[in-house]
Amino acid sequence: MPFIPHTEKDTREMLDAIGVQSTEDLFDEIPAELRIDHLHEVPEALSEMQISRLMRDRAAMDGSPVCFIGAGAYEHHIPAAVWDIATRGEYYSAYTPYQAEASQGTLQTIYEYQTMITELTGLDVSNASLYDGASGLAEAALMSVRANRRVKTGLILLAPGVNPVYEHVAEAIAGSQGLTFEWLPVDTTTGNVAFDQLPEGRNPVAVVMQQPTFPGTLEDVDRLTDWAHAQGAFAIGIANPMTLALLKAPGHWGEQGVDIACGEGQPLGVPLSSGGPYFGYMTCKEKHVRQMPGRIVGRTTDLDGNPGFALTLQAREQHIRRSKATSNICTNQGLMVTAATIYMSLLGVEGIAQVGRKSHENTTRLVDGLCAIDGIERLYEGPYFHEVALRFDRPVAPILEALATKNILGGYDLTKDAGTDALLVCATETKTDADIDACIAAFAEAMG
Amino acid sequence: MSELIFEKSRGGRRAFAQAPVEAGSLQIPGKFLRDDRPRLPEASELQTVRHYTRLSQKNFSIDTQFYPLGSCTMKYNPRACNALALLPEFAGRHPLGPVSHGQGFLTCMYELQEMLKDVTGMQGVSLTPMAGAQGELAGVAMIKAYHVANGHLERNEIIVPDAAHGTNPATATMCGCIVKEIPTRSDGDVDMDALKAALGPNTAGIMLTNPSTLGVFERHIKDIADMVHDAGGLLYYDGANLNAILGKVRPGDMDFDVIHMNLHKTFSTPHGGGGPGSGAVGVNKRLLPFLPIPVVTRREKDGETFFDWAAEDDIPQSIGRLSGFMGNSGVLLRAYVYMRMLGRDGMERVAEFATLNANYLMVRLRDAGFELAFPDRRASHEFIVTLKHEAKDYHLTAMDVAKALLDKNYHAPTTYFPLLVPECLLIEPTETESKETLDNFVAAMIDIVRSAKEDGVQYKEAPYKMPVRRLDDVKAARELNLRYNPAQ
Repeated sequence: MPFIPHTEKDTREMLDAIGVQSTEDLFDEIPAELRIDHLHEVPEALSEMQISRLMRDRAAMDGSPVCFIGAGAYEHHIPAAVWDIATRGEYYSAYTPYQAEASQGTLQTIYEYQTMITELTGLDVSNASLYDGASGLAEAALMSVRANRRVKTGLILLAPGVNPVYEHVAEAIAGSQGLTFEWLPVDTTTGNVAFDQLPEGRNPVAVVMQQPTFPGTLEDVDRLTDWAHAQGAFAIGIANPMTLALLKAPGHWGEQGVDIACGEGQPLGVPLSSGGPYFGYMTCKEKHVRQMPGRIVGRTTDLDGNPGFALTLQAREQHIRRSKATSNICTNQGLMVTAATIYMSLLGVEGIAQVGRKSHENTTRLVDGLCAIDGIERLYEGPYFHEVALRFDRPVAPILEALATKNILGGYDLTKDAGTDALLVCATETKTDADIDACIAAFAEAMG
Repeated sequence: MSELIFEKSRGGRRAFAQAPVEAGSLQIPGKFLRDDRPRLPEASELQTVRHYTRLSQKNFSIDTQFYPLGSCTMKYNPRACNALALLPEFAGRHPLGPVSHGQGFLTCMYELQEMLKDVTGMQGVSLTPMAGAQGELAGVAMIKAYHVANGHLERNEIIVPDAAHGTNPATATMCGCIVKEIPTRSDGDVDMDALKAALGPNTAGIMLTNPSTLGVFERHIKDIADMVHDAGGLLYYDGANLNAILGKVRPGDMDFDVIHMNLHKTFSTPHGGGGPGSGAVGVNKRLLPFLPIPVVTRREKDGETFFDWAAEDDIPQSIGRLSGFMGNSGVLLRAYVYMRMLGRDGMERVAEFATLNANYLMVRLRDAGFELAFPDRRASHEFIVTLKHEAKDYHLTAMDVAKALLDKNYHAPTTYFPLLVPECLLIEPTETESKETLDNFVAAMIDIVRSAKEDGVQYKEAPYKMPVRRLDDVKAARELNLRYNPAQ
């Protein structure tokens, strides 16, 4: 029996000890009319060899196309050591570290993660992570309502560069708690916020901005952070952590820095894997730590006075506070955080900066090549990091289909979001010059 | 404590093989760039590998210890599930890649939806929730959306038994609902009079776990369902204990309207030291229009069948998106592999042997003198021992036993939950443990209590053999130290 160790003799002895005839008797408290005899849709069992063959065949159907899509999830080289260690049974099959004495490995790893992510984001404290970047924004918005108590409007203003899916998710998760989300006006030349049209006197509880923006531009986050604070609002900064060895840290945006930073941690050593599992990071200024959702690891001492680690500030959480908790969250994304911690340790700040520089250089090569093709131009002017929006003189979808037949995924179709025929492209450090040139040639051919 | 990776750092050292060779300069104006240098570790590849390998060895885990952690279903996580989910094509697939390059993945997801519908008896499944708590959020949000769609804005009360997981009331609050708690009877079943009194025109629904967190099957579930439905409310099934009934009885047949499943419990995806979880939701017909998106659907084009995402256009009344893409896909692949390896018969064996192990362990402990919280009831896949006498007579608390077990190389059972049983241990052995392991665990439990009773051994300061002794939680919360500072 797969994964069940009982011999017939074991089962017999155990049933005898209980004093019943068969395992059926153990279900005698379930009303008979509710019982089912059989499942119908679950197929017969497969051996490990059979399922391995099946999954390899399925994987082959998906292939390994050369991918120039970013849009919130980024392909980066992941050192072999990262998942070799993260999938050690001691990390992989451990539970949430409630029993601190038996979980020092996970706890110290998270403490080190908290240190690294506060360094990258330039803020004081971090939690042990949230589910993903999008749901992280929902939690950050809810947190801002708790922490910025003077403001009662529940109004969250979003810069136009915030990932539109993040807004959908925040609305779905936080919308029923009296929060409303509104977009700030966009400057259609830069793709960034239109500073001359910012609404005064709306009394927002928080202003959310993203750097780099969803369409790849660089926002004047210093000015926007200062504007948020001038409105009495919290500034919430979303940043791709991979960029933060080079780009200004959210904790240093504007005069005072943002109050809360959050975002998608996937670029730090987590595979694309069709969208998950990823992890959302969240950091904030120290004075708001008690309003932070999710688990937090602290350093303390044991009975002998030796240092050790434990979950702390648990009085905020659902298993203690029940209906008055800061969030219903119980899990962090422990395994992903373990991988990210190992990734950051292996690359160091220089390695992450080089990944960023190389991605920037590759994207520049790709964009320059594509913009030399008739009918393709930049959608927005201004600097970018490793992702760029392009305007097309014709529908993008058929072109992407043509490229897909050559095993090239040409980018993310931005047409719906941009309101014009547009494409979002990204070339990370994983792409060679030959990959990029082949992509440019494929576009040139498809554009005829 | 091991030295921190930061303390092992030396300026200029790093794992050079991992990063690209130096690239050209950035064409980004200075005002966007950072002028300080974040302090990440500076370590070689071997130092990093050794550091995190050693740290991992300070953990208890299923792969190394018995983990009878009630309500958490710490069963073996088959290695094949991990290996196959990490096949390069699956691991490398971009979430926004075209469905032409995703039919393998989508086929697995579609079949997973179908299998989960079958084992729960529900009409529709969405795989997107990223943890049990998010599944709960989706479930309650769907209940609310249903009432709103029917014009019943006043229905905003969620009834929760006092034995429920803390997430239940926390979720109801997150959904903007008011929580009404009802008591449990001394035999573990819901107090029907209290339920009757709690129901009314403002009832949105009830959240139940069955078998309950007390480890017993709610025998009046049909009556409860009828009462709640007659009052205009809906029933939410917390799938935390689905392992106990897999293939034996289905939430859909018990008349539940919505269910979340913890794939990291019942379907054996890893706990990972606290995540990722995965909290797929199932619904009956009346909640189908509100499922969170995206879900995987089957379409026909030019006479050919293919799998595709169903999103806003297909499910316009959906409660929306809960994640940036489609939830914890890689976890879903692991659950898919697990279900295919067990197959139909294996699913049924899960509940049988989980229940056999729990009842055997319960009887053995009872015969050894431990007091059961519900001695007249059959255990489901877990059961509760109360140490109220040991605490009173020998100062041996549930916490002491938990910590003493660590020294005997067993992970502690769940302690002090559910809240209504004093000095309790909630014990769930799961189906993947052998009789010898259970017997040895009983011997360890007997030894701890005997040594306290007969030899006056105190376990207030246990454990002694772990990497650290009992930690000062009060200090951790009062003198917050949440990150390394070189000065400390």
